[in-house]
Amino acid sequence: MSVDVEQYLADQENKQLLRFITCGSVDDGKSTLIGRLIYESQLIFDDQLSELKSTSKKVGTQGDDIDFALLMDGLAAEMEQGITIDVAYRFFSTDKRKFIVADTPGHEQYTRNMATGASTADVAILLVDARAGLLPQTCRHSYIVNMLGVKNICLAINKMDLVDYSQVVYERIINEYLEFSADLNFKKIVSIPVSALKGDNIISRSTNTNWYDGESLIQYLENVNFSIDNEFQPFILPVQWVNRLSHDFRGFCGLVSEGSISEGDEVIVKPSNKRSQIKKILVADKYSPSCSIGQSVTVELADEIDISRGNIICHKDSSCDSVEQFQGKLLWMDDKKMVPGRPYIFRFGVDESSGSISKLRHRININTFVDEASSYLELNEIGIVNIALDKKIIMEPYTQSKTLGSFIVIDKMTNNTVGMGLVNFALRRGANIYWHNMEINRDSRSTSKNQQAVVLWFTGLSGSGKSTIANIVEKKLYNLGKHTMLLDGDNVRHGLNKDLGFTDVDRVENIRRIANVSKLMLDAGLITIVSFIAPFRAERDLAKGLMGNDILEVFIDVPIEVAESRDPKGLYKKARSGALKNFTGIDSPYEKPENPDIHIESDKVSAEEAAEIIVKKLLQKEII
Amino acid sequence: MSQTHLDSLEAESIHIMREVVATADNPVMLYSVGKDSAVMLHLAMKAFHPNKIPFPLMHVDTNWKFKEMIQFRDKIVSDLDLELIVYINEDGLKRRIGPFSHGSTVHTDVMKTQALKQALDKYSFDVAFGGARRDEEKSRAKERIFSFRTDKHQWNPKNQRPELWNIYNAKKHKGESIRVFPLSNWTELDVWQYIYKESIPIVPLYFSEKRPVVEREGILILVDDDRLPLNEGETPMRKDVRFRTLGCYPLTGAVESTAKTLPDIIQEMLVSITSEREGRIIDFDNSESMEKKKQGGYF
Repeated sequence: MSVDVEQYLADQENKQLLRFITCGSVDDGKSTLIGRLIYESQLIFDDQLSELKSTSKKVGTQGDDIDFALLMDGLAAEMEQGITIDVAYRFFSTDKRKFIVADTPGHEQYTRNMATGASTADVAILLVDARAGLLPQTCRHSYIVNMLGVKNICLAINKMDLVDYSQVVYERIINEYLEFSADLNFKKIVSIPVSALKGDNIISRSTNTNWYDGESLIQYLENVNFSIDNEFQPFILPVQWVNRLSHDFRGFCGLVSEGSISEGDEVIVKPSNKRSQIKKILVADKYSPSCSIGQSVTVELADEIDISRGNIICHKDSSCDSVEQFQGKLLWMDDKKMVPGRPYIFRFGVDESSGSISKLRHRININTFVDEASSYLELNEIGIVNIALDKKIIMEPYTQSKTLGSFIVIDKMTNNTVGMGLVNFALRRGANIYWHNMEINRDSRSTSKNQQAVVLWFTGLSGSGKSTIANIVEKKLYNLGKHTMLLDGDNVRHGLNKDLGFTDVDRVENIRRIANVSKLMLDAGLITIVSFIAPFRAERDLAKGLMGNDILEVFIDVPIEVAESRDPKGLYKKARSGALKNFTGIDSPYEKPENPDIHIESDKVSAEEAAEIIVKKLLQKEII
Repeated sequence: MSQTHLDSLEAESIHIMREVVATADNPVMLYSVGKDSAVMLHLAMKAFHPNKIPFPLMHVDTNWKFKEMIQFRDKIVSDLDLELIVYINEDGLKRRIGPFSHGSTVHTDVMKTQALKQALDKYSFDVAFGGARRDEEKSRAKERIFSFRTDKHQWNPKNQRPELWNIYNAKKHKGESIRVFPLSNWTELDVWQYIYKESIPIVPLYFSEKRPVVEREGILILVDDDRLPLNEGETPMRKDVRFRTLGCYPLTGAVESTAKTLPDIIQEMLVSITSEREGRIIDFDNSESMEKKKQGGYF
């Protein structure tokens, strides 16, 4: 017998741990479902079962059947009221996985408890009562698990026994849900028809739903792929504690929150930005050549660098940064409402700072997903806020890193946790928030326009399609809500440069003036589109010198034969006939850019496609 | 490579312990000598390796613990070179409080609950680690990992701080304290598996042996010393017994068993038909008893 046990133990060691949350409206049958899962995995002991049977008869709602919900509701107050008021954590396991279930309350007033459970969940099981269909709370809970980054959702259509296991009912609800959740960011939605009470499709597929050919709930939980792709993200180790033993040993302890790293790898320490290499890695108390996400480690570095709690040791490619002011999503968890301006403590994973919510941009109605104007947030309400910290903290958007992008809000008087938040993005130099200490400059002007000021310098032969493409680009940017200005060769020559001709000297002066006007536009925070032939490399270099990094050279490339065949203004014809002197490409040179930032071959793509390529590039470079 | 469930649990517990050390003024680990304490201690050794554990251990001795527990405790402390505080409620000792003379309720309250409060106050510990698990019992399932206590050591189950992600709010006012449960997410089976995998030493009482017992109200009690009053004509029976939990010997029931090794124990557990706390007499009062005791400051 004991040989079997040893084999069993060896098998058990390779189990994975899956944390999931059950949510849905009150009475959708959450507690019954979990009770059923635990019962089926045979973790209810006989004494618990006999207590359960007797309590079921006394206060249960299932007649002579066992009321599994009673197994779950722990606190005395809950047993009396018959509702689950707090998150309870339950445990069961199968041969493949161990499960931790966050059993969370269904009532609207307990949205915060539900969010608590969702914050540590890999997967969400959303229960829907087949008779009732989608309820407001179903939608609310979907919104919250989505907001907290749960990617896998299992829609369990429960109480199928009460709708005669109807496929029509089941499919109607699924379709309704898929339509509703289209705007949410779930990676995979799986649906299963179940009866938690009767046990249909819990362990194995039920004969009552022959039309259903998917997995049972347990099979789903055993097989669902929940590992996030974080193993390939740049390594991040938030330093929790420094372990000093003697002069020889200084270890930096923490839980690896992203990626992996090996001995000898180069790392950067934030916020000092000092570089070093990983000298040794202890995973728990054993030396290991490498470590990865989810492990509690102690690392030693090759160089003596001053590092303390709150610092981050990361891969050089990590985009985490020290931030004082940022925009985030806030779920308020306190009875006392949140009013902007009050001081709170903002506690991140390994660091904290006092600060305040400087602005409530809007409140989100989580039934309709509509933004609403409000000057405060009440209990369970979600809003988009600007937060100003008193000191810099290293963070990243929540979508990049759960660990560096999450925080709690602590009331300074009561020490209670009154809110939870997710970082959306840093507000660089806080332009939106504190004007008084600041010079108003290009950055502040462009930040207030929610863009990065840049000059898009189009160059190319006459007839290459510059003006057409530039016009479409401007329209696209305008439609994205961006602030733009288009400087077109022909138009400027009618006004500002009316006095200039087409000699080399005049061409240089033409470009010098245009470059300086563009710089003024740039300083005004605008995305400035300049469309000139600009045939000489030297003048384009002059413009680049003026604009620094904030210029992108866009080369609209077309063979001269094609341009000449297009000849929209009849200029090539005039030049060939000798009626027009110094025409670029005919009797004046065009010096092609050597390394344009964007290269469009306008004889191979349409103007619309070319504009699309350019806008995509701007998105990629995070200019817009 | 993905982590196994024991790897995940170990990493989480270590993270919790390091958070406490980084944020608390004066932490202590409540060491009850049982298997959960053994695992907690083992995790602490790992968390702070190669350093020593940066806080003391404290054992609240009720003066009625199994003799073997005390021997085991003293051996572990000397083997691992640990700092241990043993606290006994001297007033209770003077009043000769005991389970036979005063009943289990009074004994547990004075020698365990009150003693613990006195000890925490005496040394001004602001954070105390405990080995409780959420799978032990219903009201524990809702307890936070960082569980807040008022300056009167009371727990308010209705007003617990939300615990989000693995960000722990350890803020407290003077006099208030926090109980921290690093094993919250472990199950009894996880604990046994881990003990087996890591070869963690545990008190021999967990293994079956022929031991002298008497039967009281259907429960087998070990005759651990001569303070156990024998009824007239009663002679202790020698039976193959072991213990699933350890506490005060007169309040801890033995189970008949032949499990002499860890695989035996785990095997027995897998087919066991009674849950762990059945051996604990103090839970029998009524189904809400644990919650009430905790509101009053019991660990």
